[in-house]
Amino acid sequence: MKGFEKPVLEIKNLNKQFGKGCSDCCDINEKKLEKNYCPECGTVYACQDISFELYGGEILGVVGESGSGKSTMMKCLYFDQEVTKGEGYLSSYKDGLMNIFNESSQQKRYIRNHVLGKVYQNPMLGLKMNFSSIGNIAQKLIAAGYRSVRDMESRGIDLLNHVNIPVFRMKEPPKNFSGGMQQRVQIAKALSNNPPVLLLDEVTTGLDLSVQANVLDLIKKIQRELGISMIVVSHDLAVIRMLANRTIVMLDGRIIEKGLTDQILEDPQHPYTQQLVHSLLV
Amino acid sequence: MKISYNFAFFDEGSKREIRRAALKAVAIPGYQVPFASREMPIARGWGTGGLQLTLSLIGKDDVIKVIDQGSDESVNAVNIKKLIKKTTGVEQTEKTSKASIIQSRHRIPEVPLNEEQILVLQVPIPEPLRLVEPSEYKTKRLHAENDYSGAWLMLFEQIMKYGSMSTGADHPVLVYGRYVMAPSPIPRFDNPKLTCSKALILLGAGREKKIYAVPPYTEVVSLAFDDYPFRVESFENKKCRICGATEVFMDEIIDEKTGMASYQCNDTSYCLKKLNNSADNQGGDISERI
Ligand SMILES: Nc1ncnc2c1ncn2[C@@H]1O[C@H](COP(=O)(O)OP(=O)(O)OP(=O)(O)O)[C@@H](O)[C@H]1O
Ligand SMILES: [Mg+2]
Ligand SMILES: [Zn+2]
Repeated sequence: MKGFEKPVLEIKNLNKQFGKGCSDCCDINEKKLEKNYCPECGTVYACQDISFELYGGEILGVVGESGSGKSTMMKCLYFDQEVTKGEGYLSSYKDGLMNIFNESSQQKRYIRNHVLGKVYQNPMLGLKMNFSSIGNIAQKLIAAGYRSVRDMESRGIDLLNHVNIPVFRMKEPPKNFSGGMQQRVQIAKALSNNPPVLLLDEVTTGLDLSVQANVLDLIKKIQRELGISMIVVSHDLAVIRMLANRTIVMLDGRIIEKGLTDQILEDPQHPYTQQLVHSLLV
Repeated sequence: MKISYNFAFFDEGSKREIRRAALKAVAIPGYQVPFASREMPIARGWGTGGLQLTLSLIGKDDVIKVIDQGSDESVNAVNIKKLIKKTTGVEQTEKTSKASIIQSRHRIPEVPLNEEQILVLQVPIPEPLRLVEPSEYKTKRLHAENDYSGAWLMLFEQIMKYGSMSTGADHPVLVYGRYVMAPSPIPRFDNPKLTCSKALILLGAGREKKIYAVPPYTEVVSLAFDDYPFRVESFENKKCRICGATEVFMDEIIDEKTGMASYQCNDTSYCLKKLNNSADNQGGDISERI
């Protein structure tokens, strides 16, 4: 039963704001906000009191409209951005006893290199477009401590096989590849250090539908075969429906609904979720 | 009209500021210390970083040697020497062993340096991660967090492309187990001379406004993989056509008529010294043999 199982990742009250805040918006009891920002001082409250658990082998979906704070949350989880406050515990890092957000920047880098993988919507952020594809994978392996070229090459070839990139193209730079292939290389790179947690932010957005379906199939295959826990962010409920066991719905930086994906689809509680589900059906 | 210069061109305040950066560099081996690089009557990119270090350190009793890619007589070396001469009047030499300060571009002299000497290397690109990461903000962070996967990646890419680590020059090194450093475009052949050097080695980049250092007796390791160890350029079975030296860094000379390759010392003062020594011993005439 989920209740007794220790989560792979536990997030408590994650907050991320852009700006200092003012007397109008700092009052916790009565923040006078317009959507997610303060009209008085312009501070953006991109993530407010986000809490959730991610369990072993599951895919957790995060859905919400543009600007709801999905990417900001993912950036905080991967330490691309610093949280304003909040707690995070990874079971595979110091037995889940240390708040990862309070660790030193060197420790955070260690966590990124050994415990996490991330796939960005924009492949330019996740890959070095001018370096070889195998080199892109190798960089993550090097960061995780590999020092044998032969080991990295064979691991890289395995991964490229896994994501269906022809191995004879491994020395080509990702800039030669189509959008779908670039995402596959990103996924291979993110998987290279065997991370217990994989973060995917809008990885199929902007791809053709058929290519999108291929990448989604790949993600499902990875979950099935490798049992890696994933957080999948998308503004597209159809993507979430296909992948996620459980889903979080975000609006204006807050979680407004969470539960089993099927349940949310069948019986949405919040008016925003209802609207979202409705638009999926028409 | 006679223009009067400050001794060593700069005012004392400027020199002190450069020395302060150099001291910090010595205190944190391999770490790039920013400094307020000054305008000079020599274009940036022509060794102004090294020159500023030299001028900040030089005293009346110093003996200076300037080399450019192994040669004491290139235009660049001559210009720098002229400026030093004009503003300090200190003694100049071509003999490595006689110099107290050696300013060099692209080479470390063949003659082992001693504790009384300072080697100043001119640096065009001080950042070893620049090719993988164009942003200075990000490279600073990578250094701080000890993430050098980018430097290794460059070597990995060379192996993928050419089957071996083919850095012609500027092969990255790990200094004192902490900072990865660009040794300036010296050939790989010279990398081993950096480790546990008896002389202080200072590196200056004028355009990029950075000073860094390898203090005496500091461990410097060239980056390499377990299955692709670091190797210097090999001159096995080759000897200098002028002085007969082996186990030195040599330039390949192609005879235009025959297309035959021959080799000669890249360090010309070393070559000349070796030649003089053997000429002394044999009583021969140098000019006959060149
Ligand atoms: N660096 C920043 N400085 C200021 N505001 C920011 C910054 N980054 C994001 N924001 C704001 O934070 C809020 C959340 O943005 P975020 O990118 O997380 O949304 P999202 O849910 O990922 O949207 P999308 O579906 O468009 O990707 C937005 O209001 C955005 O304008
Ligand atoms: Mg986003
Ligand atoms: Zn405010």
